[in-house]
Amino acid sequence: MSAKALLMLISAEAAITAFTVYFFWKVVTTPPKPAPDSFPDSGNI
Amino acid sequence: MAIKNQEAWGSRIGLVLAMAGNAVGLGNFLRFPAQAIQNGGGAFIIPYLVCFVLMGIPLLYVEWAMGRYGGKSGQHSAPFMFDALDKRFFWKYLGVLGIFTNLAIAAYYCYLESWTMSWAYHSVAGHFMGKTQAEVSAFFSSYIGLTTVEPVVFWILCVLLNTWVLSRGLKGGVELAAKIGMPLLLIFGVILAVRGVTLTAGEHGAVYNGVLGLSYLWEPDFSSIWDPVVWRNAAGQIFFTLSLGMGCVHCYASYVKSGDDIALNAMSAGWMNEFVEVVLGSAIIIPIAVGYLGVDKVIEMTKGGSGFGIGFVTLPFLFAQWGALLSALAGFMWFGLLFFAGITSSLAMGTPCMAFMEDNFNWDRRKAAWTVGAAVLLLGIPCVLSQEAFNEFDYWVGTVSLVVFALAEVILFAWIFGMEKGWKEITDGADITVPIVFKHIIKYVTPVFLLVVFFGSAPEMWAVLTKKITPYVAVARILLAGLFVGIARLVYIAHRKPGAL
Repeated sequence: MSAKALLMLISAEAAITAFTVYFFWKVVTTPPKPAPDSFPDSGNI
Repeated sequence: MAIKNQEAWGSRIGLVLAMAGNAVGLGNFLRFPAQAIQNGGGAFIIPYLVCFVLMGIPLLYVEWAMGRYGGKSGQHSAPFMFDALDKRFFWKYLGVLGIFTNLAIAAYYCYLESWTMSWAYHSVAGHFMGKTQAEVSAFFSSYIGLTTVEPVVFWILCVLLNTWVLSRGLKGGVELAAKIGMPLLLIFGVILAVRGVTLTAGEHGAVYNGVLGLSYLWEPDFSSIWDPVVWRNAAGQIFFTLSLGMGCVHCYASYVKSGDDIALNAMSAGWMNEFVEVVLGSAIIIPIAVGYLGVDKVIEMTKGGSGFGIGFVTLPFLFAQWGALLSALAGFMWFGLLFFAGITSSLAMGTPCMAFMEDNFNWDRRKAAWTVGAAVLLLGIPCVLSQEAFNEFDYWVGTVSLVVFALAEVILFAWIFGMEKGWKEITDGADITVPIVFKHIIKYVTPVFLLVVFFGSAPEMWAVLTKKITPYVAVARILLAGLFVGIARLVYIAHRKPGAL
């Protein structure tokens, strides 16, 4: 694999993976809003 | 109007997985890698990500915000969501596209989805073992040529399965399917991606290392960045991969209460789709196919911008070189992954139609689900019988209608409803800070992007419209026109009902 291809692959995939993990982590760790919110099973992921 | 629709999401994770499942479809694994190869390799990611930021993310915000806003008045489908934003009569009829598109796409999409069920069965049963590539290709041709009843049986099974899940409601059906399907899809995808990039020349008859395919896919041809066609293809890919312009996102988001977050949810679901498409989607079909067939053959096979041939013909043949057990496992995971990608999308297509009948005609969800199932079966008949009808549906609904709907919604949201009120809707209850720049992007840049995509496709539209009309093309067009008029008539009746919005 050429250096250019490797650079494109690593930079694109690392950025996308980082954003995906960050936002999903925020969803999982953000405390639920006070009831009644949109999710009757709040707390049960 | 009595509000009978009492559906709700069970959990936030369930909503995000269902939204991500709605976006992740067959195209993530079959279309994206083919588009990348045909549009500059690694350099394609630059226009692709620019389009994601300037068109994909803004439209996600708009659709989530419109959905939650419509949900406040008990509306969970596009026609009366549009009406809630502006009372002029034509908006609700433009909103008809948000039901029409879903039913018409589901009609042919469920047929494609049923192929993945059938191929998974044949893989596990070992029916591809010992076959030459020409024989696998002949099997595919015979299958779509309906030489046996098997395709029809799998198609009906697939529609019945979708209908049954939909009849169980949002929490007990759609959300549960996403909570099972999405993790399995990710696990199967990671296993196959690792297998693809670690494929070694000489192993199980492979001629090249799998990493050669990855290398070719990511080798940037920076001159392609100046090609407008590449930008149009990147915009198209972003548009279709996120399931924008359909009305599904609106419907799912309409069950989120005012004051609850939509901004973070939208980002999480959107980026999850990008992960599946770019990270997993690029590491399966191209590395495995290049490992056996070489770069030149794979370029030739992806010329139409689709990887369907590789996915359904080449891969089963290549898996069969791995021995009985590995072949069955790989086939099950590959077609299982495609099945989960498909069903989480087709379920999303069913919900706006159901919600419309539940909201406006007080139908219960079982009646609504089985009616949608029956409609999908009836509309799907010409698509199953004829490739011409299939292509006609795919072009007018799966391409043109999406862009028209998205253009209408962004103009309505940003220019008619007003960006000040719109921005307040997007940021209300947000668990993240939404960069203010998106306020201006939504108002100015996204509509221009959509106009460019629409007018860039105008010559092609004209060519399709004026081509020779065969009986199946005529049937497809009559069905589509009838479907649109029928839904518009229902919107008219719902609007005229006493107590209507």
